[in-house]
Amino acid sequence: MEFLSSLGISEPVVQFALINAILGLSIYLTLFTGMFSLANAGFMAIGAFTGVIITQRLGLPLPIGVAGGMLMAGVIALPIGLPVLRLRDIYLAIATIGFGEVVRILILNFDPLVSGLIGMDVEITGGALGIKRIPKLTETWHLIIFLILISYFITRLHRSRFGRAMAAIRQDEKAAANMGIDTVYVKNVVFILSAMIAGGAGAWSGHLTRIISPGDFGFDKAVDILAFAVLGGTSTWVGPIVGGFVLTALPEVLRFADQFRGVINGLILMLVIVYVPGGLVNPAGIRRIFERLRGRKSPSAVPPTSTEAGSKA
Amino acid sequence: MNVTQQIINAIWLGSVYSLFSLGYALVFSVLGVLNLAHSAIFMWGAFIGLVSVLYFGFPVWLSVPVAMIGAGLLAVLLERVAFAPLRARGAPRISQLISSIGASILLVSVAQLIFQQLFGAQMLARFPLGSIPTDPIEGLPFNVTPIQVIILVVALVLMVLLQLLISRTRLGQRMRAVAFNTRTASLLGINVGGIFVFTFFLAGALAGAAGVLFGLAYNALTPFIGEAIALKGLTVIVLGGLGNIQGALIGGFVVAGLEVFSIAAGGSNYRDAIVFSLLFLILLVRPQGLVGQKEGTRA
Amino acid sequence: MLILQNVSRQFGGLAALANVNMTVPEGQVTGLIGPNGAGKTTLINNISGLDHPTGGTIRFRDVDISRQPPHKITALGIARTYQNIRLFGEMTALENLLIGQHGRGKATILESLVFAPRFRREEKTLRAHAFELLEQFGLQAAANTPAGALPYGDQRRLELARAIATHPHLILLDEPTAGMNPVETHQLGEQILRLRASGQTVLVIEHDMSLIQQVCDEIYVLNFGQIIAHGTHEALKRDPQVIQAYLGEDAEDGAA
Ligand SMILES: Nc1ncnc2c1ncn2[C@@H]1O[C@H](COP(=O)(O)OP(=O)(O)O)[C@@H](O)[C@H]1O
Ligand SMILES: [Mg+2]
Repeated sequence: MEFLSSLGISEPVVQFALINAILGLSIYLTLFTGMFSLANAGFMAIGAFTGVIITQRLGLPLPIGVAGGMLMAGVIALPIGLPVLRLRDIYLAIATIGFGEVVRILILNFDPLVSGLIGMDVEITGGALGIKRIPKLTETWHLIIFLILISYFITRLHRSRFGRAMAAIRQDEKAAANMGIDTVYVKNVVFILSAMIAGGAGAWSGHLTRIISPGDFGFDKAVDILAFAVLGGTSTWVGPIVGGFVLTALPEVLRFADQFRGVINGLILMLVIVYVPGGLVNPAGIRRIFERLRGRKSPSAVPPTSTEAGSKA
Repeated sequence: MNVTQQIINAIWLGSVYSLFSLGYALVFSVLGVLNLAHSAIFMWGAFIGLVSVLYFGFPVWLSVPVAMIGAGLLAVLLERVAFAPLRARGAPRISQLISSIGASILLVSVAQLIFQQLFGAQMLARFPLGSIPTDPIEGLPFNVTPIQVIILVVALVLMVLLQLLISRTRLGQRMRAVAFNTRTASLLGINVGGIFVFTFFLAGALAGAAGVLFGLAYNALTPFIGEAIALKGLTVIVLGGLGNIQGALIGGFVVAGLEVFSIAAGGSNYRDAIVFSLLFLILLVRPQGLVGQKEGTRA
Repeated sequence: MLILQNVSRQFGGLAALANVNMTVPEGQVTGLIGPNGAGKTTLINNISGLDHPTGGTIRFRDVDISRQPPHKITALGIARTYQNIRLFGEMTALENLLIGQHGRGKATILESLVFAPRFRREEKTLRAHAFELLEQFGLQAAANTPAGALPYGDQRRLELARAIATHPHLILLDEPTAGMNPVETHQLGEQILRLRASGQTVLVIEHDMSLIQQVCDEIYVLNFGQIIAHGTHEALKRDPQVIQAYLGEDAEDGAA
């Protein structure tokens, strides 16, 4: 801890790094299955507002808030995923951007909407200002345990039949279907799981920032989440965690002024996708570099990383 | 509500949307990539036009061609840095999309730094008051300002010129050839790389024009003016069918109409929700766009 | 076993398949030949559910599969290979064969989370069967190599092994000898005959007439989306329509 703080990494930074790692894992699941979805900021918003409403307005304990946030995100993911996941590639990206915006606008207008429906004034999501004075219930160890649980879940998933089907769909969806894989089912389940993880991250972070508003979960947030996965790499589940940590800690360690953050983030996203397409954690890429150093010819078929293969043009 | 007035509003707003979206569609049709930094170019166009007036004393009308050239060159730079290396590697379209998002963040952030330096913490800048004719034209049954008329005319002229360029010139013919099939085009001896660069220049110039016109209309420039139109433009080109130039043209007016009328109908809180729901719906029901043809599915 | 009745597939104005009638009898090897662009791949896509006919019906063992999704058709017992190899290139040969057995596994996500006995038993069986197939196709050495890095011939064989891993009753082969030399082609022919001997039904699309002659009991000839003839190799060799459409040039190539 002392070493970390000498680098400028305080406990709040560690907490946000953990949340961002969880968010990175949420988009990792969809990317790994070849689905380029930018919906997770929307699901994070749903999780955050649901979680906070459960703890603050209903007075229930935090674990129920988090579970509720995850559940709500998952429940909403089902009717969204069924139609939207038939789209691919850029079309899926655009549709999920649209979804994120609709969620944001609906949360923004939720109170007048409900008030109109039930015929009396209520305050639930708090409009543009959102919800304030949320009790700071989230502890670092909560986040560590949650991250470990999610990581365990994902590693088990990878070693299962379902996880193999995910990878097959990413590499060739039609061939996967011909292997007997119900691709619609697998993609929808993955979409729901991804939404639930993002919803969980939202609920935790709401009880950390102590104030949430719909503006926190717009397109910028969706891009941040994507950046964790792209920087870390999506060929293994470790990548997005590393990506989340690095992107959170980097500005602190290098002590950027706040105003340079956008410049750095934009540069990183662009440079990584152009020059380090496999991300920071990329076993295949590292193996290739070693082989080249040892003067061996690299294998003819270069296995692309999953962000790359996620979307055959 | 005053329907004529709303139609007038929709038409001039639509001309800005169309102009902006044409560039989006142009790049998609020729290169097959979605350039999400297009809105940042739009913002830079407005900014370049503004700087030419504020700091170089150019007359306001000159800011339009200046913005177009500046934004066009910026788009070419973007093509070289953010797209060309990925294309050379044969990376998938999604990588190019991600790269363009990075570029967009970078361009907006740099603009923020400059705006802060030049215009203070508010990051708000205006063309000099009085330099733009904003008093409503008298004797009409509806409200319209000279600048709105000018914007409409300039936008329409640019659209016609673009159509002529694409359909009547050899350059346009080559662009269409590249759009149809890059490999065949290069076998025919067309300089594909050159066409890509030119396409980006053209798209950037159109975005720049849209940006500076938009800036003149509202006369309140911030580094964030691209955000709203980025997503509107997305809706427009999806509505028109990704990469369909005519579709984008019509789509711009449709989206503007929808927006203007939903505000007039009292739903100003929901106007964006309505636009994005439309985006959503079109993608689900007719992903090829309203005027497009269905893409074949090959096994 | 497989019966196509008036199957049509229209792509815009182009009739890739027009009223195709065809029967693939159980236990036999049926050939489908025709010039490039005749609609052969389209036919296989329609049978395997990647594409659906715009008219007519496809029946497999008395089940109408014309509009079924691909995974259900696979579950009913139809497997296929592709004209251009479509292995899961990032996965090892072994994993490709595990994917092939996807439909046979029953363990749920929950069971794999907690290492439930059923999950462990099932994984063991699936792997054992995958190794059997590797051995059968002479691919043991390639077990842990990414499929995309295998030599071409091995990829072709792995694709066939993967199709067999789904436990099919009918296998559709789309130009399986593309890119093979005569020796490899002949070996593949023997492989097909072995499948036939084990009771497997096969529909094979081919250009190589020597293979067709080697393995096929009956042959259909497709041209511009229409079946223009069918019969044994001997009978077709004398059919003037067939000679004109196809065999004319290719028969000589094949003989040379
Ligand atoms: N998805 C598709 N969209 C449009 N046309 C197609 C599609 N798939 C195949 N075709 C056309 O159908 C015809 C038959 O193609 P195919 O079945 O691949 O022929 P073969 O396998 O016999 O060479 C060709 O003219 C081809 O261009
Ligand atoms: Mg074919």
